Amino acid sequence: MDAAIALTSAVALVGRFPVLAGVDLAMPKGSVTTVLGANGAGKTSLLRLLAGLQRLDSGSARVLGVDLARPERSYRRRVGLLAHDPGLYEDLTPQENLDFALHAVRLPVTATLPSLMRCGISGRLLNTPVKHLSQGQRRRVGLAKLLARRPELWLLDEPHASLDATTRILVGELVEEAASGGAMVVTTSHEPEYSVPMADLVVTMGGGVVIASERGGRHAS
Amino acid sequence: MTRRQLTKWVGVVSLAAAIADVWLGLWVTPPDVNQGDLVRLVYIHPALAWVALYLAFGVAAICSILYLWPRTRSFTMDRIAAASVEVGVVFTVLTLITGSIWGRPTWGVWWTWDARLTSTALLAVMFIGYLALRRVPSDPHVRARRCAIAAIIAAIDVPIVHFSVVWWQTLHQGATVLNPNLTPTIHGIMAWTLLLSFLAFTGIFVWMLLVRFDMAVLEDAGVDDGLESALIDRRAEGSSS
Amino acid sequence: MLRDARLIAARDLRIEMRSKVATWQVLPFAFLSLILFAFAIGPDPTLLKQTSPGLFWLSLLFASVLGTQRSLSIEGDGATREATRLLGIDPAGIFLGKTIALLIELAALEIVLLGGVLVFFHTQVSNWPLLISSLILAPIGLASASVIYGSVTTGLRSTATLLPLLVLPVLAPLLIAGARCFSVATGSRGNSAEWLGILAVFAGIYVLLGIVLYGPLEES
Repeated sequence: MDAAIALTSAVALVGRFPVLAGVDLAMPKGSVTTVLGANGAGKTSLLRLLAGLQRLDSGSARVLGVDLARPERSYRRRVGLLAHDPGLYEDLTPQENLDFALHAVRLPVTATLPSLMRCGISGRLLNTPVKHLSQGQRRRVGLAKLLARRPELWLLDEPHASLDATTRILVGELVEEAASGGAMVVTTSHEPEYSVPMADLVVTMGGGVVIASERGGRHAS
Repeated sequence: MTRRQLTKWVGVVSLAAAIADVWLGLWVTPPDVNQGDLVRLVYIHPALAWVALYLAFGVAAICSILYLWPRTRSFTMDRIAAASVEVGVVFTVLTLITGSIWGRPTWGVWWTWDARLTSTALLAVMFIGYLALRRVPSDPHVRARRCAIAAIIAAIDVPIVHFSVVWWQTLHQGATVLNPNLTPTIHGIMAWTLLLSFLAFTGIFVWMLLVRFDMAVLEDAGVDDGLESALIDRRAEGSSS
Repeated sequence: MLRDARLIAARDLRIEMRSKVATWQVLPFAFLSLILFAFAIGPDPTLLKQTSPGLFWLSLLFASVLGTQRSLSIEGDGATREATRLLGIDPAGIFLGKTIALLIELAALEIVLLGGVLVFFHTQVSNWPLLISSLILAPIGLASASVIYGSVTTGLRSTATLLPLLVLPVLAPLLIAGARCFSVATGSRGNSAEWLGILAVFAGIYVLLGIVLYGPLEES
């Protein structure tokens, strides 16, 4: 197996608390992984580690050929993270937010409009400052930002939360498209009914380590 | 010799030197023709100022640069820098106090907008700011990096502050307060006492630095012991649920 | 680096154009502090004229602390800052961009304050080239030092109180040199070349420091 993500005994500390207490994980290119687990199991910390936002304190982690113990800045451009809070600029419109992100990662801004449209942001919403959007709309803008950036590694933190049925189906479609296009996808979830069918690998975390892993429903279906 | 013993001996020798300095300064050396007994402050004040303004903040600046330099990055540098600033602030305040005591009878006022006084006071405020920044709880790596940067910026500012204050002061008052007539001529036993005071206070600085550094190491050693058990506790959270 | 700087500066200025926080809060504050200084000193026109360089500069410094805090809050909360970090923007570019945006806001601040001093304190400028060059040089150092210290305190709980404590002592040479230039430009006797020199050296050093040190500040 050609592991595009390979973690061995990965430990990550926040202050003095080990959010990750020795994670072992291997995922091949073009795979979809769902991480399940109770609150505080370390799911979000795992995504943050993979995004290069959380320092690796011991163990080893290689992602997309990059050693996360000393990640270079360009690594971040290859990764897209949809966090609980999509982290948009409140005073800018969805379109300006996406244009800014695309300029920053040196991609053409022509991807902005189609991505927003695909995620159901159109018409009046395109030019409404983000602060006037609802929680669900913001998450859709965040999703559009990810789609427009086309990263090699998609990290989705509970992508199904606060979304309506249509958008949940959209999330499934986008994940499948990304994975069949060769990208890797890691999602965390509290809703196995949506996330398990779309995944190759289902990992359960607890106490900052992986406690179980099994096949998901992606290739079975 | 272990470092603990070294620390102890540095402390003993420096304190002995300081006591000898006090004895020489107060009883053995003669009073000055112009300043009388006031001149005895020369055996404390310049040595304090040397430790505060050059040694302590110089060490802090160098260690901060070494911390930021990836090859020499270690918490040792961060701890030395922090300990050095802490001790440095104490010496700076002592410098200002002894300077003020000297100034009152010499100049007739507790404080004057002399260039050295003013830049020393500003320096004290800058490094109190550094300590305030250290006290704010945050991730140890982040804190070390931010503090190192704050220390470097402040240290680079010191010469600029000095020059601007010197020019500012001379333009306003014309004459400097360090009147050459008041500077005592130093020779013989006075020179030796002065030299001893520099050695004694430098030794005390090194001793305090070592003690403070060892304290920081001990604090963090406790944390390292904690890591193994913290990992075990953390993993247990998963199996119990 | 310059490309990223332009991107960041455009973002900051666009957010300011839309939210107008600096326009409606920082500018009026600077103006207010001029009036309060006049109250503190008394209505004597000669005294006001004499103290106007210092009052101008103090108002500018205090307002610039507010401006810096606003510039920091543009970066948003933790989630927004992380989302921006994930774009892998060159830290030196971020520093330059934020400094340029703050510089433009400080220029507006200087114009308002200068107008206030000229009208209220009856200050007469005899040497415009000197005044203008000092008002161009000083904010470069002011903005870059503020942006560095701003990000030293970013994300800490006590940013609002820590920032002025850290940045104001470092800005002391600017206050001295700026106020001297101002008073020479408004008719006092004195040599201004060395003061302009200090302003230039300060600006150069802090722009360089920002470019070099912003990288380590921004990494995790």
